[in-house]
Formats: sequence, structure tokens, C-alpha cells
Amino acid sequence: MLAYLARRIVFGAAVLLGTSLITFSIAFLIPADPAVAMAGAKANPQTLAMIRHQLGLDQPVYIQYAHYLDRALHGDLGRSYIRRESVTHLIVSRFPATAILALSAMALALMLGIAMGLVAAAWRGRALDNVLLVGSLAMVSMPIFWLGTMLLIAVAAVSRTFPLGGYSGFKSLILPTVTLALGSAGYYSRVLHANLSQALDQDYIRAARGKGLSNARVLMKHAMANAMLPLVTLAGLDLASMLSGVVLTETVFNWPGIGRLAFEAVFNLDIPLIMGTVLFSAFLIVIANLLVDILYVWLDPRIRLGEMG
Amino acid sequence: MKRRAGTMELVGGAMVLSLLAVALFAPWLAPHNPIRAVAPTFGNPAPPSWAFPMGTDELGRDVLSRVIYGARISLTVGVAAMAITMTIGVAIGLVAGFFGGKVDFALMRFTDVMLTLPGLLLAMAFVSVLRPSLLSILLVIGIVSWTGVARVVRAESLSMAQRDFVLAARALGASSPRLIIRHVLPNVMPIIIVMAALGTSGTLLLDASLSFLGLGVPPPTPSWGRMIEQATMYFRVAPWLATFPGLAIFYAVLAFNLLGYGVLRRRSM
Repeated sequence: MLAYLARRIVFGAAVLLGTSLITFSIAFLIPADPAVAMAGAKANPQTLAMIRHQLGLDQPVYIQYAHYLDRALHGDLGRSYIRRESVTHLIVSRFPATAILALSAMALALMLGIAMGLVAAAWRGRALDNVLLVGSLAMVSMPIFWLGTMLLIAVAAVSRTFPLGGYSGFKSLILPTVTLALGSAGYYSRVLHANLSQALDQDYIRAARGKGLSNARVLMKHAMANAMLPLVTLAGLDLASMLSGVVLTETVFNWPGIGRLAFEAVFNLDIPLIMGTVLFSAFLIVIANLLVDILYVWLDPRIRLGEMG
Repeated sequence: MKRRAGTMELVGGAMVLSLLAVALFAPWLAPHNPIRAVAPTFGNPAPPSWAFPMGTDELGRDVLSRVIYGARISLTVGVAAMAITMTIGVAIGLVAGFFGGKVDFALMRFTDVMLTLPGLLLAMAFVSVLRPSLLSILLVIGIVSWTGVARVVRAESLSMAQRDFVLAARALGASSPRLIIRHVLPNVMPIIIVMAALGTSGTLLLDASLSFLGLGVPPPTPSWGRMIEQATMYFRVAPWLATFPGLAIFYAVLAFNLLGYGVLRRRSM
């Protein structure tokens, strides 16, 4: 079990190293000169040379990467070109808003997805199952930013007081949460439905039915026990796509989180901020996946007892 | 279960065909020029009317015509980006699955790293530094979307590489590239086609999202995502500007999803 967790931690670190290479390469793809971006187009050559020296841009690439990595490991992601603030500080200050939004959306997505998947599996092969299947596909197919905009239009039409943007307490959380959660909920419900359908065809389910257990009990206790595990992994992996959704949701609802920060960074071509938000998102996902791995150890006795360790 | 097999992919297929028809025959279907002011309401978006069923935008352009022409650019980007995605994903999946061992390990760990990154955020970062153009958007969408394809193709070709007919061909002296292209690839083709349908729904959404964030194909080419981006400023006074292009994206993504999942579901049963 410890070996299993150690392997997962090493893997997480490797992922972050790989990500740092990718974010570092972003800075090299850009045709514009960061020194010019910082000092303005009218700066004289001496100033530009000085800024390049300050940024370490006059050194070989691998030295620059080593410095970048070293600073990142110490929590220093550089300074925003536009805002002239520490990128780490900007990200940390925006993180709570994103965390609240992502967690509440994840909770809603899981509740809705599990409910839809269970109901569809209980009515397997019947009309309700089909309706839920098409419904979940529709949820997955909906562009997040459009859904958000439609909700805004609908709510603005019926209420003048409901908060339409920004971050001001519980009420303002409702629309962004629904917007962000719907696609993931559709996805989870489909996966749970597939897992349950597979489980329901197994011998142990037939045995449980043979014992005279009710359908509901077989579904909830026996089939769910095996169908839930993959869903846990999925929710961990889905965090990556959820963070993509966060960018769109926060942009639509003017939500002061990291997604909105990333959007502004891209809009202003603020390279350190772009690199920082990508690296930080990868960091969040690695941490989330580690938590999922730990949860897995707890949920799956095969790993706990070392069979798969 | 068997009795309703086929309905989903038939409906999805019909929806895809209708999209292709709209894109192909746009000049005949569109009542107006999509990039010219045709309404006298210049400066003020006008709501849907008999003359303009989807209303007009702030420049007096006909929204219906723009949505129809938008099918061209959106589908072109979606399908072309899917082709790039499939090329990268199939190549990596085939090589990893066929050779196995260290090659497989290295390629799959690389896939895991890419899978961990939020695709849209990465795409935003790359498109913004490369500057939005048709080519950069296609490339970037391909670069961030191939991971799912690679995993599925790898799993399929892993089992295929150990089948008797492949081993027999190898015993006859066939080279690895020949084995991959002549023997493994044709047998993983069905799943590749399914992944292509599903992949198109993904690339369509990603392209629309990038457009919405202002990183799409530059104007005045009417793309659905770009139309919604411009409409957000008017969402209180002119909700129809965002509604119809969004419905078009939704319809297109749903079409490819129905087609892909319909086929996939029948395969797995």
C-alpha cells in the first residue's frame, strides 16, 4: 500500500515537471519581446538590454529553465508584466473564489449525475432510460459559456434583484455552479449507468436477487459498491476539464477567480501570469488525483491489503 | 436492448448530414449577405421578425444568414482539428500499443501528463502567444485533444499486436511499419471512426470556447462562438444574438455525440 502511494507521488511530481517544461516553452513560442512588453514600444535599447538582463533572458535556455524551476519550487512564479504584482500572490488571492465555485459544482455534478445514473439503471431498457441517456448527452453537448449566458438572460428577465455576476454571497454562487456542473453531471451519469449495467449482469447480482433481495436493495448495495469506484477516479480526472470550464464560467459571470485571471492574462499577453495559471492548475489537478488515490486505497480492499500494491 | 439499437446513430447521422448540407449550400440557403448591413436598424439590434427570423445584430446584419454561413467556418475548423487530433492520437496509440514495453511506458506517461493539463487553459495560452489564425487554432486544438484517442487506440492495438494473424505475418518476415499499417491499423479502424465522431464534438466545443474568449478565427468571418462573444454585451437588450448561434453549436455537438455514442453503444453490447 505504501509502495502504491509512493509510486503515485513520484508520478505526480513527474507530471508537474513535465508541465513546467510545457509552460516554460510557452515563453519561447511568443514572437513578441517580453522586454518590450514591459518597458513599452518606445523604450531605448539600453533599457531593453537592462530588462533582459534582469529577467535573465540573456542566458542560455537550460540555465533559464533551471532558474525558472528553482524559483517555482520556492513558490515564486515571477511578476505579472501588466499588474506588476507577484504572480503567486495574484493566484493565491484569487484561489478561494475558484475553490468555492469548483467544489460546489463538483458536489452538484456528483449528486445530479449519481441520481440520473441510478434512475436510468433502475429503469434499464425502458423509456425513462432512453430519455435520461439523451438528456445526459444533451448536457454534455451544451457549450458552457452559452448555457451561462442563457441562464443570465432568463434570470434577468424574471428578476431585477438576483445577482447576475460577481462574487457576493450564496445567491451569486447559484448560477455559476449550475453552469459549471451540468456538463460533468451528464458525463458522470452516463459512466455510472454503464458501470451499473455491467455490474447488473454479473453472477453475484443474480445470486443476490436469488436470495430474494428487492431490486432497490440489489441496485443500491450490491451493484453500487462496484460501480462507484471508477466514478471516484473519474471525478478526480474530470477536475482538469472542470478547470477548463471554470475559465468560461468565471468569464461569463465575472467571477473573481483564477479562470478570470487566466482570461485577463491571455487578453493582455501577460506571459508570467499565463505560465503561472497553467502551472498552478496542473498542481491542483495533481493534488486532487493524489487525494483520489488515497481515497481509493481506503475504498478498495485489494489495494489496502497489498494485492495490487 | 437490441430493438432500439440504431436509432441514436441514425438521428445523429441525419443531424450531421443536415449540417453538411447547410454548410455546403449556404449561399443558396442564406436570405442575405452575412457580412453586410441589410436592415435599416443600423446601430440597434432588432428582434426576430418575418423579414429577419432570427433578428439582426448591432450592425444591421441578418443573424439567420450569419448562423448559416457560420456552419461553414465552424464545421471546417471542427473537422480539420479533428483530423489533426486523430493523426496525433492514432500515431501515438498505434506505436505504443504495437511495440509495448519501454516505448509504451514512455508514450503513455507523456499522455498522462497531457491528460492532466486543463485543455482549454493550455489552448488559450498557446493560441495567445502564437496569435489567433486558422492554422494556429487547428494545431493547438490538435495538440491538446489527442490524449483520449491515443489511449483507446493503444488499448485496441495492444491486444491486436498479439493476435495470431499478426504473429504469422511477423513470422513471414513483415517489417514493423508494414505490420502496423497493413495488419493492426485496419483492425482498429472501427474504433478510430467512432473516436473521430466523438472527437469532432470535442473540437467543435473547444473551437467555440476559444472563439468566445476572443481567440477564434479573426472577424468578420462569422463563427458561432465569435457571434456569442460579441452578443454578451447586448444580452439584456438583444438576447436573440446569443441564443441562435449557441443553439447552432449545441445542435452540431449533439449531432456528433449522438452518432459517436450510438455506434459505440452498439459495439459494446
